[in-house]
Amino acid sequence: MTKRILMAGVGGQGTILTSKVLSEGLIQEGYDVKMCEIHGMAQRGGSVTTQIVFGEEVYSTCINTGEADVLIAFEKAEAARFLPNLKEGGKLIVNDLEIYSLPVLTGAVKYPEHLEDLITAAVPDVIILNANKIAADLGNSKAQNIVLLGVLVKALGLEEIDWEAIICRFVPEKLQDLNKKAFQAGLTA
Amino acid sequence: MKVLMTGNEALARGAYEAGCHIATGYPGTPSTEILENLAKYKEVLSQWAPNEKVAAEVAAGVSATGGRVIVTMKVVGLNVAMDPLMTMSYLGTRGGLVFVVADDPGCSSSQTEQDNRLIAKFAKIPLIEPSDSQECKDFMKDAFEISEKFDVPVMVRMTTRTCHSKSLVELGERTEVEVTPYVRTRKYCSSPAAARVNHAKLEKMLPELEEYSNTSRLNRIEWGDKKIGIITAGASYQHAKAAFGDSASYLKIGLSNKLPMKLIKEFASQVEKLYVIEENEPMMEDQIRLAGFECTGRDRLTPLYDLTPQILKESLLDEKKAPAYTVEAALPPRPPVLCAGCPHRSIFYAVSKHKKAVAANDIGCYTLGFVPPLDVTDTIVCMGAGITAGLGMERLFRRTGQDKKVFGFIGDSTFFHSGITGLLDAVWNGSNMAICILDNRTTAMTGHQENPGTGHTLMGEEAPMIDIRKLVLGLGVPEDHIREVNAYDMTEVQQAVDDAAKAEGVFVIINKQPCALLKSNMKARAGMRCFVDQEKCKKCKACMKIGCPAVISKDNRVSIDETQCNGCTLCLQQCPFNAIRKEGFEK
Ligand SMILES: Cc1ncc(C[n+]2csc(CCOP(=O)(O)OP(=O)(O)O)c2C)c(N)n1
Repeated sequence: MTKRILMAGVGGQGTILTSKVLSEGLIQEGYDVKMCEIHGMAQRGGSVTTQIVFGEEVYSTCINTGEADVLIAFEKAEAARFLPNLKEGGKLIVNDLEIYSLPVLTGAVKYPEHLEDLITAAVPDVIILNANKIAADLGNSKAQNIVLLGVLVKALGLEEIDWEAIICRFVPEKLQDLNKKAFQAGLTA
Repeated sequence: MKVLMTGNEALARGAYEAGCHIATGYPGTPSTEILENLAKYKEVLSQWAPNEKVAAEVAAGVSATGGRVIVTMKVVGLNVAMDPLMTMSYLGTRGGLVFVVADDPGCSSSQTEQDNRLIAKFAKIPLIEPSDSQECKDFMKDAFEISEKFDVPVMVRMTTRTCHSKSLVELGERTEVEVTPYVRTRKYCSSPAAARVNHAKLEKMLPELEEYSNTSRLNRIEWGDKKIGIITAGASYQHAKAAFGDSASYLKIGLSNKLPMKLIKEFASQVEKLYVIEENEPMMEDQIRLAGFECTGRDRLTPLYDLTPQILKESLLDEKKAPAYTVEAALPPRPPVLCAGCPHRSIFYAVSKHKKAVAANDIGCYTLGFVPPLDVTDTIVCMGAGITAGLGMERLFRRTGQDKKVFGFIGDSTFFHSGITGLLDAVWNGSNMAICILDNRTTAMTGHQENPGTGHTLMGEEAPMIDIRKLVLGLGVPEDHIREVNAYDMTEVQQAVDDAAKAEGVFVIINKQPCALLKSNMKARAGMRCFVDQEKCKKCKACMKIGCPAVISKDNRVSIDETQCNGCTLCLQQCPFNAIRKEGFEK
């Protein structure tokens, strides 16, 4: 069974690190894994997506309309933007966070109100949580990505993999404790 | 051991394992990480060149003296390297010579969608197209061998998807390739007389290459259902497999110039319906049709963008899929903008004050000077044209008596790449153009590569730091027409721009401050930030005119996002009420 996971966020949120940790775990489990992160410019603030496809033998890393088993959005508007890619019956994980782009900041366009309500009304299988707040309470809001990883791992039913060990390979020593806690917080969220 | 690698990492690994001696290139998405990864292997001397033409010519020299060499570039980089490439195919190789060219169907970060496979065909050189990271690594070895066997440079053609997709790769060991001592020959001298001979030699080689292609392991048939037969290459193979699975047979092409026509014939004659699936140009399809095989391809597939399994299903199988879920909401776009603290911001703001200004912009982060509210940019052509297209505009304005002031914008890396000759033209032929060199001490756009001005090489060695001011002076710009400014000092920048606007003759402003995202700079500026004193703030929003994404106005309250702010103070300098203060500067 091929599974497709689409991660969507805003540049600087750590989606790429999250997808690296996830694919390492999947490889350890013996899956064939393909992953794609189209990135270009050094600037922060644009929409970023990462596609992870795993299974016995997988091909294209593209995730098309209605194909994602899980859509994990690190920001609310990005959840709405990539929602068409979620498969019928698929799971949506949303970080209840608003990040304003320049057109919003200058007042040229408005950030939609009550987006979380629209999303919850549209998708049956949805988890919305404020990962930034959870991470901030643990000491640093930047660990929000690892909180979300915890939520995702649980959603995929892959708790038996030693994720903490993998996380520690990717984050500097002084942040390992925080990230382990963040991961546990996500698992139990 | 199997490891997850991007195509770019795998190409680097492949070059390393194949005993490559020297690697060169110029950064450009999506090719940049090939050389960055090769630089980690000390056995290979990897260096950035100032531009792609220089890189290709360096590679010609390495090959002529017997070394294995790769030269990497992005899609449009090959345009810059075209001159040496065309002659190098005539001259041939001694050590294996591989051009790695990363095309960008879909233009995720390029100014053209050109399909450089046609250039390989035009240059009459072998063309290799890997479709996943394992092939990137394996085919690199083949590329060197084919280059040496057929005495010709080889092109490995990548696309954004193969460059940036990760898949599992089985690693091998490096095989050293011995360089035999140099003996003088005339083989590598091009002249009209030699060219006639070399061209004939190349034409004679091509049928031999085709014969090789027919049995090469790079081309293979995967039999499945024979109702549909798909000839495909590169990333398209992955998409075709995802879309058609076992319901089709595949002729997967890895060596696409010359095409294996015998193999194609064998395949085509055994399937009911033949599809050719390739991105952009119908490069294989045209040749297959010419050989007399009816096929479906460009008549149903778009020549635009990169393909996806979905596009294949919609175009070839008439399978349309509607989204399962959507929400009705106008979603805010996220256009790229200059970062908070970007040193490019101030000079665009200063020029935006000049109503007569016409701006030739160039390619780099500073391209974003065109985004409102800065909104400064009239042309963007290609690297270097921030000076030269401006020269053209200025000349016509002058000859037709139009009262305009032309400003040119060019980054440090771009100036070294192809701005120097433009400035030479300006000085030689005369111009009233004001040229702004945006020296942020790095090649930021492509992810912070060293350049001749940074004082380091790709492999981290110290290098002479080219002094842009001295270079400009040496090109003949008079001393009193060169101004070095601190990009974070708005008054100084505005004064220089105002002076440049009035000046007769070429005027050069060198705008200096390191990129706000450079690690060393982020460390040095850690803790520095600006904040709004809410009691003093009159909500005039003067601070928002500079278009900084850290300056936020919400519910009639202006604030500064401390996670983004680096204390550049441009907003503070705009505030008429001293309502913005700074902190964290005392160290
Ligand atoms: C011929 C060519 N080669 C490479 C590129 C990719 N590229 C775009 S801008 C750029 C350099 C940008 O560096 P710089 O001029 O220093 O500006 P910065 O991004 O630092 O502001 C590169 C390498 C290109 N567009 N065209």
